[in-house]
Order: sequence, then C-alpha cells, then structure tokens
Amino acid sequence: MTRLAAEGLSAGYGQTPILRDLTLKVPTGAITAIVGANACGKSTLLRCMSRLLRPSAGRVVLDGRPVQGIPTRALARELGMLPQSPIAPDGITVADLVSHGRHPHQGPLSRWTAADDAAVATALEATRIVDLADRDVDQLSGGQRQRVWIAMALAQETDVLLLDEPTTFLDIAHQVEILDLLVDLNQSRGTTIVMVLHDLNLAARYADHLIAVRAGRVHAAGHPDTVLTEDTVRQVFGVACRILPDPTSGRPMMLPLGRHRTTADPSHRKDAP
Amino acid sequence: MLALVVAGVALTLVTGPSLTPPLDVLRVLAGQEVPGAGFAVLDLRLPRATLSILAGMSFGLGGAVFQTLLRNALASPDIIGISAGASAAAVLAIVVLGWSGAAVSLLAVAAGLLVALLIFGLAWRDGLAGARLILIGIGISAMLDSMIAYVLSRAPAWSLQDALRWLTGSVNGATLGQVWPLALALMLLGGVLLLRRANLEALRLGDDAAAALGVPIAREKLVTVMAAVGLIAVATAVAGPVSFVAFLSGPIARRIAGAGRSPLIAAALVGALLVLLGDYVGQHLLPARYPVGVVTGALGAPYLIYLIILSHRTGRPA
Ligand SMILES: Nc1ncnc2c1ncn2[C@@H]1O[C@H](COP(=O)(O)OP(=O)(O)OP(=O)(O)O)[C@@H](O)[C@H]1O
Ligand SMILES: [Mg+2]
Repeated sequence: MTRLAAEGLSAGYGQTPILRDLTLKVPTGAITAIVGANACGKSTLLRCMSRLLRPSAGRVVLDGRPVQGIPTRALARELGMLPQSPIAPDGITVADLVSHGRHPHQGPLSRWTAADDAAVATALEATRIVDLADRDVDQLSGGQRQRVWIAMALAQETDVLLLDEPTTFLDIAHQVEILDLLVDLNQSRGTTIVMVLHDLNLAARYADHLIAVRAGRVHAAGHPDTVLTEDTVRQVFGVACRILPDPTSGRPMMLPLGRHRTTADPSHRKDAP
Repeated sequence: MLALVVAGVALTLVTGPSLTPPLDVLRVLAGQEVPGAGFAVLDLRLPRATLSILAGMSFGLGGAVFQTLLRNALASPDIIGISAGASAAAVLAIVVLGWSGAAVSLLAVAAGLLVALLIFGLAWRDGLAGARLILIGIGISAMLDSMIAYVLSRAPAWSLQDALRWLTGSVNGATLGQVWPLALALMLLGGVLLLRRANLEALRLGDDAAAALGVPIAREKLVTVMAAVGLIAVATAVAGPVSFVAFLSGPIARRIAGAGRSPLIAAALVGALLVLLGDYVGQHLLPARYPVGVVTGALGAPYLIYLIILSHRTGRPA
C-alpha cells in the first residue's frame, strides 16, 4: 500500500535539471532511507515531495491526490518535513521553537489548547530535551540543536515524516538514539518515515526500504538486502567495497575500499620492526 | 506600554507655549467651552498627538514586518529606500511640478510602492536574498537622498517650507483631515499584518521550515510586504519620513516581547511612543524647535552605526 509516491518527477533550480523523470513509491507505515552521493538530488527530492519545490514535470501524489492541489496548511497536518538546514531565530528558546510545530493546527484566531501543550510535551520527552526547554537554541551543541528540530517536526503530529539528514552533527551515540526514536515513532504511531542518511550501514540496519539515488534518478530501490550490494555502491558512489552480513541484524554491512590500507599490511602489526 | 503611550498623549495635550491645567484639557475633551484652551487643545495638540501615534504605529509595524521577513535589523524600509522613494517623489512634485495637498501624498504612496517593487525586483534571485536586498536598498536610498538634496537646492523659497518636511518628517500643522486616511490604512493593512503574526514568526525559521509548517511562502511574503509597504508609504505621505522610527521599533519591541513571541503589537506601540516623545522633545525640551524627525534621527543614527560595525565584525549583516 502506498500513500506517498513520485511519478515521473523532474525538477531543478533555474535552468539546471537536478531530478530527471524520477519515479518512486514510499511504503506506508514503513521506514524508508534515501542514500546517494553529495549533490545527487536527495534534498531536492525531499523538497519536491513536501511541496517546497515545484517540479517542472511529473507529480507527487499523497493518497491519490497530487500534493500541488492540497492547501499548504492541510498538507502540513499530514506530512511533516525537517529541512537540511533550518534557521533558529536569534534568542529563541527550545520550548518556543518546538511550539512552532503546532502551527498548521492553528488558525489565525484560534487559541493554544491543551492538545497543543500535550503534543509539545510529548515531543520534548521523546527527544529527551525536557531539561533544555528553557535554554536558548543558539547556545546548544549541534547534536542538541538537531534534536530540537526533530522535536519540532514531532510536535506537528503528522502521519508522514520526511527528514533530511536527521543524524548530521550527531555523535554515534546520538545517531543511534535518533534512529531508535524514529523506529519507536514508526512502531507506536505507525508514522511513515522517509529519511536521507549518509551512513550506509545504519541505513541498511534501520530502514525497511532503501532507495539509492544517482544523478537525479532512482538507481535501485527495495529491501536493503537487495539494494546494498557491491555493484550498487560502486555505481552510486564510485567506491569499491566489500559487503558482509551484519553479525547482529543480518542486514548487509559495507566496508569501503580505498586505494590505501586495504590489505593486511605487516608494517601495521605491533610486532613489526 | 499602553500606559506609557497614554501618558505621552496626556503630556502633549497639557503642554504648549503655556501649560494648560489637566482639568481644563479634560473639560475641553468632554466638549465644554474653555476660554483660551479649546483651540490649542482640540485644533492644535489633539490632531498632532493623534497623527504622531498613528504614524508611529504604522512605521513601527511596517519596520518590524520587514525586519522579521528579511531576518535582518538593517532591512527596515527607512534604510532600504522605500521612505526615501516616497520623499523624493513628494519633493519633486512640490518643487518642480508645483503640486500640493492630497496629490502629493498620493504620488508619495505610489512612489513608495514603486521603489519597493524595484528593490525587490533587483534583489530577486530564486527567492529573496536579505543581504543583497539591503545593499541594493541602501544604494537606491542614497541615490534618492542626493536627488532630494539637488531638487531642494534649486527650490524657490516659497516651496521650500512645504518640501522640507519631506526630508526629516514632521507632524507640524497636523489636522484631523490628515488623520483619517492614515487611520483607515492602519486599520486595514495593520489588521492584515496582525492576523499574519504567526505566519511571520514561522517564516523566521527559514523558507523551507516555514513551508513545511504550512505557510504558503510566496503568497504570504507578497501580502505582508505589500501591506507593510502600503502602511509605510501612507504614513510617510502624511508625516514625512520620520527618521529611523521603523528601524528602531522592531529591535526594541523584540526585546520587550521576547524572542519567541511576535513583536508586531509591541513594535506598533514603540513606534507610537517614539514619534510622540520625539515630537515632544523637539517642541518643548530643546532650545530651538525641531521637527520630530530630527530627534528620532539623532537616536537612530548611532544604532545604525553600531549595527554596521557589528556586521563587519561577524562578516554578515547583523
Ligand atoms: N537553491 C538552490 N539553487 C540552485 N542550485 C541548487 C539549490 N539547491 C541545490 N542546488 C543544486 O542542486 C544539486 C542537488 O542538490 P541537493 O541539495 O538536492 O543534493 P543532495 O543530494 O541533498 O546533496 P547533499 O548530500 O550534499 O545534501 C546540487 O548540484 C546543488 O548545487
Ligand atoms: Mg542534501
């Protein structure tokens, strides 16, 4: 079953085409990870899917309706999006920033309700930033700030959540924590999650569905077992690699091979002269 | 805030060349005949105070909207040339074309809108870039200012008096007839802006984040910019470009309202207070009488310099 899909999508900035006739389906209620080289169009794809960018051809469909035809506010109640580089206004507190997530649920004259309070409180707890609520966002570390933005997207309480690199700036512990949090969300509320990730191993481990993008097109899509192969990595990233089974999850695990240090080199051994 | 504004009004109503007892002022306002006070209070001071408040609110609101939308304190309409556009057109109409009255004001409003369109047009590149717009605006503002200076230097004496108010802004000789168009503009355009407070706050998160929160970016920017420009232009047409009121109100209001709240209402009140008190200082507290724009200009200029130095240090416009 598919609620969200892109059909023959082409898009770009000015004259430069970035996405070329891209078609994909996002499985509902699952976690999808999008991977691909820098500048291949991942953010552009997410921006088209959340209607931040108007495609030059093709369309994005949500529940059978083209998203271009859905009023912006109504769309924002069904589909949330965390952009790659949002801006925190000077001096704003964590709680105030997260409260912005309630924006699409409020009219120009309607008041803040208990439901709004509850949504913000839940988002703060889920991202474990309750203690930071009164701090200035400017004064947080990169990882803390990233969790604040995710909390804002959670407070929006949408069925579909798109996240552009939610784990950038995070140390490995916080990366895993955020991904676990997204799995929790997916399991408890059935939220459909689409995220751009750069770490292929984490993507293969956490995603139910993996999409590899290359030069504005879908190069491969499907279960991580079928998508994360030595061929795909070479074609998409131009990197040679070895794929081994992840001993804990059984999912594929990728070891990149550069030009150096790829063979057992005796000089690296402790007992070498 | 509101109490301060009321106190300011009371002060201006009481003070003139001679002090009117507050009781007499109240009696005049209640409609009684008070010999020696009726004319001064009703025909001179009341319109002056009302105009100060309305113009101040318009400048404050318009300025705060620009600063919020472009995420930059320098992006105020009096810095980026919109007020200068209205002034230049007015001076030209008075001195060269010999116009007067409402025609001048209408032309000033039109010119303000036109300059706004010009600046936005020149700065547009796949969306609005704040820093670009500010640099272009400051350049255009300087051009317009030198044009005003040139026209004034060749102005015959009889039109100089009328044209000079367009340089710094003044509420001298305010009449109730001037107040109505401004009150109407403030109610309509100010209402439009206040209803959009939450959207404006969301826009501060960046276009993508705001759109993801359900703000129709393009439409919202167009409507708010047009409403803000309209307010500024009408207020400028009535009171002249009262220097730096638009520029100062936003940052002060932001301090008062707090970073997480919309500063628009506070900005309107701060603007009203600045014009009201600036005029009071110019009229009664300085050795000679100065128009309000001179006083607010003296307040705003140091702040402008401070912001420019700050943006040099950090390498980006503050
Ligand atoms: N606002 C913009 N204006 C013009 N070109 C843009 C804009 N945003 C992105 N591009 C260009 O579009 C191409 C694709 O960018 P996009 O941000 O979609 O890449 P990405 O796959 O998300 O890369 P990354 O992994 O670095 O985030 C790049 O060549 C980029 O330079
Ligand atoms: Mg990107």
